[in-house]
Amino acid sequence: MAHMTSTPVLEPGQDRTMILNMGPQHPSTHGVLRLILEIDGETVVRLMPDIGYLHTGIEKTCEAKFYQQVVPLTDRIDYLCPMTNNLCYALAVEKLLGLEIPPKAQWLRVMMNELTRINSHLVWLGTHAMDIGALTVFLYCFREREDVLRLFEAVSGQRMMTSYFRIGGVALEPPLGFFDRVRDFANRFPSKVDEYENLLTGNPIWTMRTKGVARITAEDAIALGASGPTLRGSGVDFDLRRDMPYSGYENFKFKVPVAQEGDVFARYICRVQELRESIAIVQQALDGMPEGPIKADAPKVVLPDREKMKTQMEALIYHFKIITEGFAVPAGEVYQAVESPRGEMGYYVVSDGTAKPYRVHMRAACLANLQLLPKMCEGRLLADVVAAIGSIDIVLGEIDR
Amino acid sequence: MPLIPAITDLEALKDHPAVVRLRSWNSAAVEGAKFDRDEMTIYIERSSIREACVILRDDPSCPFNFLSDVTCVDWYPSQPRFEVVYELLSIPNKERVRLKVRLDSDSPVVESVTSVWPSANYFEREVFDLFGIRFTGHPYLRRIQMPEDWEGHPLRKDYPVEGYR
Repeated sequence: MAHMTSTPVLEPGQDRTMILNMGPQHPSTHGVLRLILEIDGETVVRLMPDIGYLHTGIEKTCEAKFYQQVVPLTDRIDYLCPMTNNLCYALAVEKLLGLEIPPKAQWLRVMMNELTRINSHLVWLGTHAMDIGALTVFLYCFREREDVLRLFEAVSGQRMMTSYFRIGGVALEPPLGFFDRVRDFANRFPSKVDEYENLLTGNPIWTMRTKGVARITAEDAIALGASGPTLRGSGVDFDLRRDMPYSGYENFKFKVPVAQEGDVFARYICRVQELRESIAIVQQALDGMPEGPIKADAPKVVLPDREKMKTQMEALIYHFKIITEGFAVPAGEVYQAVESPRGEMGYYVVSDGTAKPYRVHMRAACLANLQLLPKMCEGRLLADVVAAIGSIDIVLGEIDR
Repeated sequence: MPLIPAITDLEALKDHPAVVRLRSWNSAAVEGAKFDRDEMTIYIERSSIREACVILRDDPSCPFNFLSDVTCVDWYPSQPRFEVVYELLSIPNKERVRLKVRLDSDSPVVESVTSVWPSANYFEREVFDLFGIRFTGHPYLRRIQMPEDWEGHPLRKDYPVEGYR
């Protein structure tokens, strides 16, 4: 977090410009992002993001917790896609442990992960459109988001901080009738995406505000570390789910939307198409949902079922041991990346052989994507800054951690 | 999938394309290598990290053109205390490689890779802020997460979890 001393110092002779402070409580900065802008009239000369207002030291906290106690912390990093973070952390620790995850748990994870992507993209679309002035879309998006949150609540008991994926599988068997509810939603949802597109895609005001705005080339996007839809909007065809599959994504067929223009509209199109692809993956997961256990066969790592604890002495002992002592993870290090709604979400976990992680580092997609903002905005109008911020879909919780 | 023991012998890993590429450029720059859990780690001599990154980025057969992450691990109280970790990704070849630089606690200084990938800017600022590693040649090396007047570097192991009271 920088203080006022870090505002750019104006050179003599540049007295046409002025410094404008935007945020940290500006409604269009999606949290507490502060931008220091040097403007000449309405043109942005320089832009400097100032972050750190939400820094809570999660990485430090992780080092003081058992491996399984870190899972609820991962929800709170990116509060719009909790399950993606759960998944990434669980995969990293499972890789350290060498655990095999049963197919049903993998399928459930993929399905919930795609619902999370829909949830996140709906919040993005609603707020992004609202920033630019299309208020109606916000209400439409939050209507469908409510359905997704109800599904989350049914499966995990929580609407936002789900902690549903655990090391070695998922927390609970989904309740009776859950898959029918998901199928009902999946059947309904594509027509809802049509509604959003009817409101925006051909809308002349929307296209004027987004086409050709905040353009970024593929070379710049790669050099500045962009990932996810922000990278694909610039014409780079790369998606970790397809190109470096994890958690059984190689069993699913889906298209990766790519747009060439690299402007706000291109990133919008990529994300909206992703909504359709995500729902297709959910459909496939429902159709091919395997039977079997939802947790790995590793009694020293995975908590036993409640029923077993009442009848089996060993289950009770393992439960007691895991809760009080945690479980030791063989020494080593792992970098696990997944495709979050915002881009490459990576967990770098270092183990020293004890029950607590020696180091947990989150590679935040938003932190890297935010670095594109000066490149996108400099030389453009002040009003375009708002469109550009919306188009990179930042979550400050993830940036600051 | 049971765990396969890590391969830590550089000679056993000398056929890995990134190792071949780096050794043909400057064999003294490669201090060691490790292959563990399907992940490749190469230890780079401190003074050649920036050039090693250029070599790997411009490799025509497997260009590691994307810098995923820069972070650090503090192995206090053992020496060398710090390991700066670079996660490289090759978008065309869908490969990853991890570079590591070991630093002593009395001079935690390493050359910045911002001239190779501008994306290193925020990552290195964060490592500077939370670990106190100095990156020479960084365009704007200031605290990024903590307040400007904060004392200490919170992610160091000798910094208490609850902070100084």
